[in-house]
Formats: sequence, C-alpha cells, structure tokens
Amino acid sequence: MSSDVMNKTKTQDYFINMGPQHPSTHGVLRLVLSLDGEVIKSVEPHLGYIHRSIEKMCEKDTYKMIVHLTDRMDYLSCHMNNEAVCLTVEKALELEVSDRVKVIRTLFSELNRLSSHQLWWGVMGMDLGAITSFLYGFRDREMITDIFEETCGARLTMNYNVPGGVMFDIHPNFQKRVKEFIIYFKKKLPEYDDLLSNNVIFKARTEGVGILSKEDAISYGVTGPSGRASGFSCDIRKQHPYSAYDRVDFKEILYSEGDCFARYKARIDEMWESMFIIEQLIDNIPEGSARETTRAVIKLPKGEFYQKVETARGEFGVYIISDGKKSPYRLKFRSPGFSTLNALNTMAKGSKIADLVAIMSTIDLVIPDIDR
Amino acid sequence: MKFDIYDFSVLTKSIHESLNSMMGETAVMISEMVIVGIIFLTLFAVLGLILVYVERKICAFFQQRLGPMRVGFWGTAQTLADLIKLLLKEPLITKNADKFLFNLAPFVLIIASFMAMAAIPFAKGLHAFDIDIGVFYITAISSIGVVGVLLAGWASNNKYSLIGAMRSGAQIISYELSVGLSLLTIIVLTGSLQFSEIIESQREGWWIFRGHIPAIIAFIIFLIASTAETNRGPFDLAEAESELTAGYHTEYSGMKFAFFFLAEFINMFIVAAIGATVFLGGWMPLHFGSLESFNAIMDFIPPLFWFFGKTAFIIFLMMWFKWTFPRLRIDQLLTLEWKYLLPINLVNILVMSFFVLMGWYF
Repeated sequence: MSSDVMNKTKTQDYFINMGPQHPSTHGVLRLVLSLDGEVIKSVEPHLGYIHRSIEKMCEKDTYKMIVHLTDRMDYLSCHMNNEAVCLTVEKALELEVSDRVKVIRTLFSELNRLSSHQLWWGVMGMDLGAITSFLYGFRDREMITDIFEETCGARLTMNYNVPGGVMFDIHPNFQKRVKEFIIYFKKKLPEYDDLLSNNVIFKARTEGVGILSKEDAISYGVTGPSGRASGFSCDIRKQHPYSAYDRVDFKEILYSEGDCFARYKARIDEMWESMFIIEQLIDNIPEGSARETTRAVIKLPKGEFYQKVETARGEFGVYIISDGKKSPYRLKFRSPGFSTLNALNTMAKGSKIADLVAIMSTIDLVIPDIDR
Repeated sequence: MKFDIYDFSVLTKSIHESLNSMMGETAVMISEMVIVGIIFLTLFAVLGLILVYVERKICAFFQQRLGPMRVGFWGTAQTLADLIKLLLKEPLITKNADKFLFNLAPFVLIIASFMAMAAIPFAKGLHAFDIDIGVFYITAISSIGVVGVLLAGWASNNKYSLIGAMRSGAQIISYELSVGLSLLTIIVLTGSLQFSEIIESQREGWWIFRGHIPAIIAFIIFLIASTAETNRGPFDLAEAESELTAGYHTEYSGMKFAFFFLAEFINMFIVAAIGATVFLGGWMPLHFGSLESFNAIMDFIPPLFWFFGKTAFIIFLMMWFKWTFPRLRIDQLLTLEWKYLLPINLVNILVMSFFVLMGWYF
C-alpha cells in the first residue's frame, strides 16, 4: 500500500471495556483499555460503580458508629481500618489504652495481614491461570478466619476495635490456636513457593513486567508492599510506630526491581515477617483491661486529627475535622488502593492484556477501598 | 455371531456376512455406514460425559476438595444433569452477530473432531476408517477445527471473542507443526502412515522404549504441542477466563456452548489416543522381546483395556498440567514453539533418521 493511501486511511483505536463485570478486576472496577492488537496503549480507570458515600455518611454518625463503616472499605484488612479510626479518636481524646489492648490489636492486625495476603496469593495464581492456588490460599486463610470467629464472632467484617480498646477480651483458646496456626503455616508457606514462585511460567509472566520506578511510586503515593517493591521505604509500622509495633523486631521488606515479581516476593516475605511478629507477641500478652470506659457518645475537642496505619495494602489514613459535636464536621480517608490505581497506566502502558492482569493482581486492589 | 474380545475383526466380519446374505451390496454399505455413525455418535456423547466428570473430579482432588457429590453416587450423574440444563437453555444470539456464521461455527468445530475420531484404532479389528495415510489424515482434519474457532470469534461481533479467536488461530497453526513433526519422528521408525501398521510394528515393544532418547524427546514435544493444540491450560489463551472472560465462546449459550465444550474434551481424547497409538503401542499389550511367559500374561489383558488405559494415562497427564501451571502469555507461547520446540524437533528427526540408518534402535 502506498504511503499516500495509508495517510488517507482513518484508523481508530481499538477500545475494550474491562469491567465493571470482569473476572479479574475483582469487583466493579471498569477499565477502558485502548489497544493496538494485544498491546495496551493506555488504561483509564472509571470509578463509581460501588460508591456508597461512606465519608458523607460518617458526617452524620457518632465516632463509635464510624468504626463499623470502615470495615466495608478494605474488607480484607478490616481490623487495621477499624484500628485507624480508633487510634485517631483516642489521640484526640488523649486517651491512653492499656498495654494489653495494644498487643491484642497488633496481633489481630498481623493475623489480618496474613489472611489478606493468603487470599491475594490465591487470587494471583487464579488470575494467571493456575486455579489450584486459589483453593490452597483459601484453605490456609480459613484457619485465621476461624480464630477471628472464635474471639469476635465475625469472620470477615470483625468490628473488634472500639475507641478505648477492643470489644471484648480474647477467647481463652486464642493463644493456643494462633500458635498451632503458626506451626502449620510455616510448613505451608514454602509450598506456596513450590507451586508459584519457583515456577518457570510464573516467573516469565511476572519478571520485568509492569515496572514502577521508585520516583513514580513516590509521586503517585504507591504505598504498602507495592511501593516497597519499588524501593520506596514507606512502612508506617517502622516509621511512625503505633500500638505495639515499637516493641517488636521485624524487617521492612524492600526490593528495588519494582516489577510484578518483586511485588509478589514482597508480599510473600511480609507473610514471614508477620509470623515473626506474632511469635514475639503471642506469649507476652500483658495483663490489663481490654477496654477503657468511654462516654456513650464521644465528643471530640475542636480541631484536626490525623492518624495513619499500615494496612495489608499500604498507608491508610484517617483525617478528622471536629467542631466539638458528636459527629465529625468532615472526615477523609486516605485509602491505599486509590493511589495505587493511579499508577496503573504508568505500569501497564506498552504491555499486553495478559500483563495487565498480572499487574492488577500484584498491586492487590480492593475495589470498595478505592470507591468509597 | 461370533464374538472374540481379543480380535474384533471376527465380530465385524460376521456382521458383514450376515448383512450380505440379507440385502444387496449398496444397501449393505449404507446400513454399515449408519451403524458406524450411530456407534460413533453414542461414543462421542458418552466420552464427553465421562471426560467432563473425570476432569471435575481430578481437578477437585488436586485442589483438596471433593468435586460433584450430590447427583447420583459420588456425583456420577452430575454431567448428565448439566447436559439436560444446557439442552433446556435458550440459545441466545447477540443483536449484531452474523447469524449464519454464528450458528455454523460450533458445527464446524464438532464435525472436525467427529471426523478425526473415525481414524482412531480402538482395538484389533475395531477401526472405522483404516486409511493408509492415517496420521496425515488426522493432522489435516484436526486443523479444520480452528476454522470453527475463528468463525465463532468473528461472527460474535464481540471484541473479547475476536482477540480470543486470533490468539487461537496463531496458536493452533504454530503448534500443528510440532505435533506433525513429533509424529513424523516415529513414522521414520515405522515406515508407514497407516495406524494399523504402526501398531503392528510395535508388537516387539512400544516405540517410546525401542526408539529410546529421540522417541522420548518426541513424546514430550508431542505432549506439550498437543496440549496447546487442544487449547487446554497452560495454553488456554483462547479462552483465558481471567483476561478475555471466555474468549471465542463468550457469546454462546445453551447447546451451542455445549458443542464447544464437548469438542474441547473430544479433541483431548483424540490427541491422547493418537499419542497412545503412535508412542505407546495403541491396543498392543506390553511386550518385552524374549520374556515369553510375561508376554503371554500381557496378551491375556484385552486390547480395549490397553487402549483406553494408555489414553487415560495421557489424558491424566494433560489434566495434571492444566491444574498446576499458570497460563503463558501469547508472545511467550509463540516463542516456545518457534524458538524452542520446532528447532529441537527438526534436529530430533535428523537424529532419529540417523539412528534408523545405523540400526541403533531395539
């Protein structure tokens, strides 16, 4: 074909709507892909399919009620979300919780992180076509959910934290079962490596795919394991310790590659660190009250309060502006998924559709966390 | 009617003679065709049902669960129930689809696998179409199936379907080469393309043992390439449910979807049967050159059992792949074929030819 004809021919980008109903967006996220054959030219996320205006609802609720809403955002790290609100309220009230509460909160956070990463690992395998890993991930996660159920009565949205402590003291079986789980999971985690990490196809699918540079990670605010895989040291547990993190010894997992495999390894290593933290604390739960008494309706003093925690996905912040009434004047959540999603276009540009699925898996999005 | 479990030609001959005594030559031919057709249709359906059940159970055991358990003993009637559900479902056609091609596509696919099945030797004398270019016939017929896939992808007027169909086209055409060449490696040994002769040549021992290293390499390449050719995991890029929802059959429902589904399983059976015939001796029992008593015991096991046993073994291997490995990416898939399998295959044929020239096989 002559170049003249080529110049006159009008071409159009090939668009594909990935989602809102799609098996690997893990929720109602809609991505508009513009394609050149199989190669992605751009990714544009469209939000709003699961918007529940949680922040606006919070402006009508009392501080004890707000805690329950945070479960519904990042449901896989619900305990950490609850904790963030409770810590903010306690900070504003200048309420000091007992050591027992701090240790229990830390233990639950780490168990929650483990269960979240287990589910992520299963789903990651499924996205890449190895469906078996999904069942293995859920098998191990089941043990943690059982432990949660025994203490809190709930398996997913636990609502265990309240401002001033935890809802009730731990179940008598808690320590025994957690120890059993740690022994069990230490045997199972190497199995994860056997099935996926050391697999040739898996490595080919993830290594060098979806690279996010450290500069991009910082400028987009990509935190959590995804950010640390790019070499961005952003572990809140290390840098601004809360609860009992200042008294435990653990490593901040840092990788420099910034590709899918680094993000994958960062999470696998984090599971080891979480187990290490739990081991240090499980035998040293101090005595004390599990809940400080607060007023039935908490009123915060006038002012602005901010507290951030490290959830399984990164930095989760709660920003409260109080005008002294029983509910906040304005409340803003800084959710890790939202910032991470922004970086998706940078990571996915120029790669293939199959790579996009791998990238989406490794940045571990939870859609209700993005779309509050 | 005489019946011999070790040699079905006795049975088929007696049927042929009794039909001959009843009617004229043309009528005999037509009635024999009808009988064979009905037998194959039944086999087709039964194999589909069994393979779907087996796949679900094997996958369940790999994943530490039980699989279907409710319908019938250990869920054995589950696939039958699914079939009834699919039969009763409404066949939807999307508004802007090309209706004629859309309806045609599943039939192209299923006819291709139906025709390929005719050339498979099930047991001694139980062989519908013993053509003297059997291997060539099967490789030719099985590549017609891709036309059905491409038609389905194009006619659905769905972008996911189109990408799936294009992937499938590139994949099947590439891997066809490896399947053909790995079979050729054994043809060098047998000197015949006819399935009955290939089996007969393995009376002393199966080619995978007698052809040693090149035959084993050819068998491994055949396994990889045939898994890819049947669009099964880890090469199921054409459907890739986590990327393309369901690829080329996204828009199909009811019985038309069932045809695609069935064709996948039947194709798996066909490639496994060919692999079993060419590499593992088909219905020929396990023989070792001089061990007379051992050979006699092996001969006692009926050929049908040998054939289905070997085929089931290869099918199990293919299911094992599917439920263990992650899926490849399209460029990696083509790299694997064109940069690794094909050159290895070509060298392997040369090595095998050299072995045959020197008489270095058993």
